[in-house]
Amino acid sequence: MKKLLLGNEAIARGAYEAGVKVSAAYPGTPSTEISETIAKYNEVYAEWAPNEKVAAEVAIGASISGVRSMCCMKHVGLNVAADPLFTCSYTGVGGGLVAVVADDPGLYSSQNEQDTRLIGRAAMIPVIEPSDSAEAKEYMKRAFELSEKYDTPIILRTTTRLSHSQGVVELEYRTEVEDKPYEKRIDKYVMMPGMAKKRHLYVEDRLKRMAADLSKDPLNRIEYGDRKVGFITSGIAYQYVKEAMPEASVLKLGLLNPLPDDIIREFAENVETIYVFEELEPLVEEHVRAMGINVIGKEIFTRQGEYSANLLRKAVLGKSDAEPPMAGLPARPPVLCPGCPHRSVFSVMKKLKLHVIGDIGCYTLGAVAPISVIETTICMGSSISTLHGVEKAKGKDYIKNWVCVIGDSTFLHTGVNSLINSAYNGSTGTVVILDNRTTGMTGHQEHAATGKNLKGEPAPAIDLTELCHAIGVKRVTTVNSFDREELAEVLKKETQTEELSVVICKAPCALLKGQVFPNKVFVDGEKCIGCGACITCGCPALSKDGKKAKVNPEMCNGCGLCASFCKFGALEKREVVKK
Amino acid sequence: MSTNIMIVGVGGQGTLLTSRILGGIAIEKGYDVKLSEVHGMAQRGGSVVTFVRYGECVREPIVEEGQADVLIAFERLEAARYHHFLKPGGVMIVNDIVIEPITVISGQATYPTDVLGSLEGKYKIVKVDANKIAAEVGNQRVFNTVVLGVAARHMDVEKEIWLKVIEATVPPKTVEINKKAFLTGLGE
Repeated sequence: MKKLLLGNEAIARGAYEAGVKVSAAYPGTPSTEISETIAKYNEVYAEWAPNEKVAAEVAIGASISGVRSMCCMKHVGLNVAADPLFTCSYTGVGGGLVAVVADDPGLYSSQNEQDTRLIGRAAMIPVIEPSDSAEAKEYMKRAFELSEKYDTPIILRTTTRLSHSQGVVELEYRTEVEDKPYEKRIDKYVMMPGMAKKRHLYVEDRLKRMAADLSKDPLNRIEYGDRKVGFITSGIAYQYVKEAMPEASVLKLGLLNPLPDDIIREFAENVETIYVFEELEPLVEEHVRAMGINVIGKEIFTRQGEYSANLLRKAVLGKSDAEPPMAGLPARPPVLCPGCPHRSVFSVMKKLKLHVIGDIGCYTLGAVAPISVIETTICMGSSISTLHGVEKAKGKDYIKNWVCVIGDSTFLHTGVNSLINSAYNGSTGTVVILDNRTTGMTGHQEHAATGKNLKGEPAPAIDLTELCHAIGVKRVTTVNSFDREELAEVLKKETQTEELSVVICKAPCALLKGQVFPNKVFVDGEKCIGCGACITCGCPALSKDGKKAKVNPEMCNGCGLCASFCKFGALEKREVVKK
Repeated sequence: MSTNIMIVGVGGQGTLLTSRILGGIAIEKGYDVKLSEVHGMAQRGGSVVTFVRYGECVREPIVEEGQADVLIAFERLEAARYHHFLKPGGVMIVNDIVIEPITVISGQATYPTDVLGSLEGKYKIVKVDANKIAAEVGNQRVFNTVVLGVAARHMDVEKEIWLKVIEATVPPKTVEINKKAFLTGLGE
């Protein structure tokens, strides 16, 4: 049967058909839908882990026990999972093990543009990369075979455009793969120096064997056309080459680490001018140059952002006949939703003129106008330790007008380790957990404090207050995110108190399903003087109609935050739906 | 040759659903098809773009400047923002409503007046107030299916195929109202 599948759905389907039994992941755009898809198959155990390191270790455990397993993450998640994966490269596998890693060229939803292929090379883990949904499914199946054949974890690398594009995929049946018997083998699975030294030799030999064996494998193929011009390319960039210059010769690489020298050399011998067309870093380009082959690459193609057929046409053919965009149009950046509890919390912090150390989540949008509260964002879980660092550098008086904010899911990801550090090392800072009962930005995934698991089944829910107490934080206060007066009082007190404190701001994400919003805000035209104070709350449901405030009733969730900004009582929250 | 359709709007307006219906249409017609979507942070009220391409063999999943046969815009400013993706003489279906971006709301920019005026003559521009029509049909949320109905007037696909794919794609509880919205947009 043929079906339109997202790249991510195709990856999940490939894993399913390959007989995968265990999958673990932490959500992260653009990788999230892989886990959401695989969770629908009853034959697969799938879970949300608190972070990517845990997910990778779960997959490693399953693999050692003899079953096919996988873990999924976005590119920056691979940094978190790097520790187990770098050593798993040495141990190799029992059952096939695939780490799916989704890069984000163009930074659609990320904090950097790092290239997973480089990490694969550093970890000496083979990397394969498909170029559309159909290949994504096929390569996933291939990845499990290669993993078992060469006793190695495999990274299947994808990018946002591939993960979030749909293409036609032929569905096949699942093949049940017999579990490999578990073997107690300390030479392979206990990485003490003596054993690891030997495994390092094995790893180097493995890469050499793979480069030689797989050079003529269907993963890599030459499509000869015009032999005057050729492209070495891979992944989604291959599609851009075929679109822009269908007559050119192409070496399409599916194996990106180790790079298959034999087929590269063959291509170079048969094609006059060779371009290397790869998004992000010049990994292939540098390798090919090191082989003594002249190519054209990053001197005309950028290291930044996404590629396209037009980008190639402009760089290679000098063609650029498209109409320019209309100048001077107002930008439309993403914003916190109407009724978002984060906006309410930020409005209090702004009023108190606090410095706010941020983290990764929807609340990062609190950095931009008109909210303009967040001052730093580095990585998942970084806010608490960053605030601790500021305090240790500048002293406890210095941070009496500072707080850090972190979401509930992000707190459980890696923020909790930082809180342990803050408690252990005598921080006096104020940590605000923005507890909206979900993983918001990636599209509402469950986590260890929501009471449900990835399959939607009931699960134990961590009590964040108890967790903080257990870590050693004595001052833990829970406030309704929309109770601005109480929150202001609590924040004033906690930032002044010379003791570590946690303030849990609790209110569900406005987009969480199953909620009823009984209220809407109405404008009293008589009372409104058009001062625009309400607008500064930054809600997209509010605007000015001529000289008066206007509420878009379709968007308004009736949280009433804007009304609290009005000194004239011109905005009023009224019940429109009977509870 | 492929048919290239671009759907633009504001995050939350349902561009994904519309592109998935169009993808289903292409499959029904036996074409190769690729769709490109936006997920994650960009969905939160930002400017969003989805692409649908179908034909004998589709390579890249995105539509680029000067290549779209049809631009479906769920909001006026977004129609202007992406007009240059249309081929000269292409069809622009505009849900002629205004949703002010935060940059306008907060006073950093102004919403341009008559933003589509300069494009008259360059493209075949069809304006519709789909939100109003959808409200008359019974639910403002199906405005995107009204717009799709208007777009369908400019596409060579049988009505029965549209209705079959809509039925298979939208949430089961909303099948009837979506069909009604589509037919109203189609002019029936």
